[in-house]
Amino acid sequence: MRDHFDLKPSFRYGRSMDCDFDLIVVGGGHAGCEAAAVAARMGVRTALVSFTKDSIGAMSCNPAIGGLGKGHLVREVDAFDGLIGRAADAAAIHYRMLNLSKGAAVQGPRVQADRKLYKAAIHRMLEAQDNISIVEGEVASLIFDGQTVSGINFADDRQITASAVILATGTFLNGKLFRGEETFAGGRTGEASAVSLGQQIRDAHLPIARLKTGTPPRIDGRTIDWASLPEQPSDDDGWTMSPMSLRRDVPQTFCAVSRTSAATHDIIRDNLDRSPLFSGAIDAQGPRYCPSIEDKIHRFADRDSHQVFLEPEGLDTNLVYPNGISTSLPVDVQEAFVRTMDGLSKAEIIVPGYAVEYDHIDPRALDRSLKVRDLDGLYCAGQINGTTGYEEAAAQGLVAGIGAACAIQRKDAPQLDRGTSYMAVMIDDLVLQGVTEPYRMLTARAEYRLRLRADNATTRLSPIAESIGCLGSERRAWFKERQTQRKAIMQELEAVYSCEAIADQEIEVRRDGTKQSLFDWLRFPNISINALAGLGISVADTHEGLLAEVEEDARYAPYLQRQESELRDLRANEQIRLGDDLDYAAIAGLSNEMVERLKGARPETLAAASRVRGVTPAALAAILVHARRREAKTLAA
Amino acid sequence: MSAADTIFALSSGQPPAAIGIIRISGIKASGALHALSGSVPDERRASLMKLSDPSSGELLDTALILWFPGPNSASGEDLAEIHCHGGRAVVRALETALENMEGLRPAEPGEFTRRAFTHGRMDLAEAEGLSDLLFAETELQRRSAIQAAGGALSRKVEDWQNTILRLSAMVEAELDFSDEDDVTPAQLSVVQSAAGELATEMKAMLDRPRAEKLREGVRVVLGGPPNSGKSTLLNALVEREAAIVSPIAGTTRDVIEVPIAIKGIPFLFIDTAGVRDEGAEEIERMGIDRARHQFDLADLILWLGPEGEGPQISNLVEIASRQDHPDYLAKSSDTLSVSPLAGAGMDALVALLVDRAKDIVPRGDEISVNKRQADHLMEAQRNLGAISDLQDYLIIAEQLRLARGALDALTGRASTEDMLDSLFGKFCIGK
Repeated sequence: MRDHFDLKPSFRYGRSMDCDFDLIVVGGGHAGCEAAAVAARMGVRTALVSFTKDSIGAMSCNPAIGGLGKGHLVREVDAFDGLIGRAADAAAIHYRMLNLSKGAAVQGPRVQADRKLYKAAIHRMLEAQDNISIVEGEVASLIFDGQTVSGINFADDRQITASAVILATGTFLNGKLFRGEETFAGGRTGEASAVSLGQQIRDAHLPIARLKTGTPPRIDGRTIDWASLPEQPSDDDGWTMSPMSLRRDVPQTFCAVSRTSAATHDIIRDNLDRSPLFSGAIDAQGPRYCPSIEDKIHRFADRDSHQVFLEPEGLDTNLVYPNGISTSLPVDVQEAFVRTMDGLSKAEIIVPGYAVEYDHIDPRALDRSLKVRDLDGLYCAGQINGTTGYEEAAAQGLVAGIGAACAIQRKDAPQLDRGTSYMAVMIDDLVLQGVTEPYRMLTARAEYRLRLRADNATTRLSPIAESIGCLGSERRAWFKERQTQRKAIMQELEAVYSCEAIADQEIEVRRDGTKQSLFDWLRFPNISINALAGLGISVADTHEGLLAEVEEDARYAPYLQRQESELRDLRANEQIRLGDDLDYAAIAGLSNEMVERLKGARPETLAAASRVRGVTPAALAAILVHARRREAKTLAA
Repeated sequence: MSAADTIFALSSGQPPAAIGIIRISGIKASGALHALSGSVPDERRASLMKLSDPSSGELLDTALILWFPGPNSASGEDLAEIHCHGGRAVVRALETALENMEGLRPAEPGEFTRRAFTHGRMDLAEAEGLSDLLFAETELQRRSAIQAAGGALSRKVEDWQNTILRLSAMVEAELDFSDEDDVTPAQLSVVQSAAGELATEMKAMLDRPRAEKLREGVRVVLGGPPNSGKSTLLNALVEREAAIVSPIAGTTRDVIEVPIAIKGIPFLFIDTAGVRDEGAEEIERMGIDRARHQFDLADLILWLGPEGEGPQISNLVEIASRQDHPDYLAKSSDTLSVSPLAGAGMDALVALLVDRAKDIVPRGDEISVNKRQADHLMEAQRNLGAISDLQDYLIIAEQLRLARGALDALTGRASTEDMLDSLFGKFCIGK
């Protein structure tokens, strides 16, 4: 990584090898860092542009990484040798496996991360990565060459050129902060907003909509009565977010659980009219699954208390993040209600909470590589696409980075579908359905979630990652060894044993004459690979989690087989391409509503069209015929 | 089955007829012509050619061949038409020769139309128009059945869908938001019992008579040894000479089907070859095999043979026929005794048939499902029924998802392929 890139004088170069870079990534948040890093891993000369170098790798909101659905995304990005999993481990001060009592497919690994350590880890990894240059500056505008984006102009009149630009600007587009009666322009507190870039994107006729999100006040940990609150210790069984992190290096701390009280609710109710959410100042849609505390009190009036997790932001900071009281009430009200909560009677607020309203691009304007369909060379990733969360951003950064790098290297981007990854589920949802609230990953969104587990992400995705050159040498070696071990275990499990032989291992089974492979025997919840050790199954010296992954595969095998046939249908219809310029209005038999939805979504394949809401089978048949006829005409011409 | 196969079928009516038209569609159509005749004729011109069996060299027929290279053909693929002589043996021999060729197989119902559709030779409205035309005769019956029960079924299914969605939401909340105390935990027992109730409701509907019976009629099979008077009874029932009646044992060699409505209920009476084990020559024996097959399909069997010697099936009715005949077989006192020629006992037999039919055809006033709907409903019912034994929320969620998918398929929101299969399955082979 080069810190101080010597910027060319202010004139433009032509395209191709004359460009300053192959790829420019604007924004150094989770999306931007993953995008730049994966492109660089693939050998693309990349510039990572940020207001300041220091703000690269910042965690702007909750200092937690992972969780239900989100932990899957972290592991998937990690399977491509991404940054977020390893950085999370390098910064993790608290580990918790959510949903531990439920099946592995919905377990969510989650850590509390120390902000400083996280940022330092990201900086370290970017520095170690070839092909990345960091460029500081405020991006003023994109350079267009007709319908092709070919670089960026900075506010100070410098410019750099490249074959592609990825916008990963987070909430920086026309961001507006609200706190009580006050409003400020800007994305995060204390940083300028890229207003002019936002204006240019509007001018380029990209569909823009507005969303809101919020953040809670940060509390001084020294003013919290920790002793009076129930503790939530870190999990102690040693798992990590990334298998490349060999152990937990950072000292572990604990979180605590506070609660709101009747007095808290009274204060909030009495001041609802001072919240911009209720005064009408904000009319953008916020997330239903992550409401502000004023929303919760208003909508769930019958509840007399809400749980609030007190999460330390780091080892050497006193900032504590109270998870569950995101708010945009005035500062005086925030102070008053916080002090009515358990253990917080003397709490001091260091940074008050606020709501932020921001522009996002209607992601239906993007294709599956997150490229703007109507412009060449421009990609968008992260919150700019209407999503929320670090993990969602990181996964999009990865997808956009791969898409741009593949385009630059003139190779086909891998086709991920809803049956292979959460990432693809998210991208498919975004580009087909658009968003009506900030999009968050949920396991319920993944129809094939039994096969998309956090614990098998590397088995599912690393082969794809390897085929397009996303894996570093260390990861390649690790994965190769893991695959060898996996194959060996699977081979051993092919051996057929009778129920008597299983019973001889002191495992309780029905003696009904059944003879089947050990893999099939593993279907029974009381049989584990360890329990089969007596039959000559090697259980030592395997990769962490590999046995558990294989056991889980066996456990759900009948369901996975059933999903196979569903996926075959899906994939057959994914082969039927509709093209970007299909004129839906010209197809007889489609209702106006369907035409509007299809025009907005512009499904790339028949399978995608079938997922557009409100599209009936008869409509699909009509679309299919139209597409086939057009194809025949094109072939004849 | 693959769309890449080359398909063939007899596209004209059942033989014997003056000519038979066999259509071959797909990339191997020209190869098939070559194998049969040694060459492929000029396109779009009728050519008279000698057709021989490719394996034996034996002459099969002299026929007119039409050759339409794709994509400008009815199916959009390479298409050949063989206009051969319409005798059963000729048609059968040609079909056998084609079937023996590598990469050729008989067409599925509606497959030619389906290929025309997928190659853009026909749009959906045209395809449906063709379907209506082919089924014009039964359309009234079908429409009346759908109008009577269709709306009610849709409403019922929608109810079920809403309940399942609610259960899914409960389970998903447990899976995705269990760490947040603002979600009331789903109670396993509540989900289990609600799913069980749904399954029971669906089972009740599945146990009712199927809608098809309205169209197909109650299958009443007449069975008994040769010359026991089955055809005579059939003729009396349908009040016309539908079967050839003669005193020679084994006169009815094939299966004769006669549809007729009695008191508004559709019946399909099926006369069979007499079942005997000795003395039957080959063709009659084939007839006997078919008769046995008919017994398996029957809703009701009228058994005219010696008492207790008919197939051991609960829907068998012993009949003592031909009261006035020298070979009259007396049966137990409560057996229905009829004389088809004189008419004695016939009213009682008709009353019995109508009475038994009430459990076989759907009642006009309750929802009935057809076979396609029943298949999906059964799938939903199975998936919901299994939930009561499950503890794993993840699997419960999967079962609910499968049940939702099955009901979606029932209402037509399923995958395109399913819908196209069912649409094109309505066509006769070869059209």
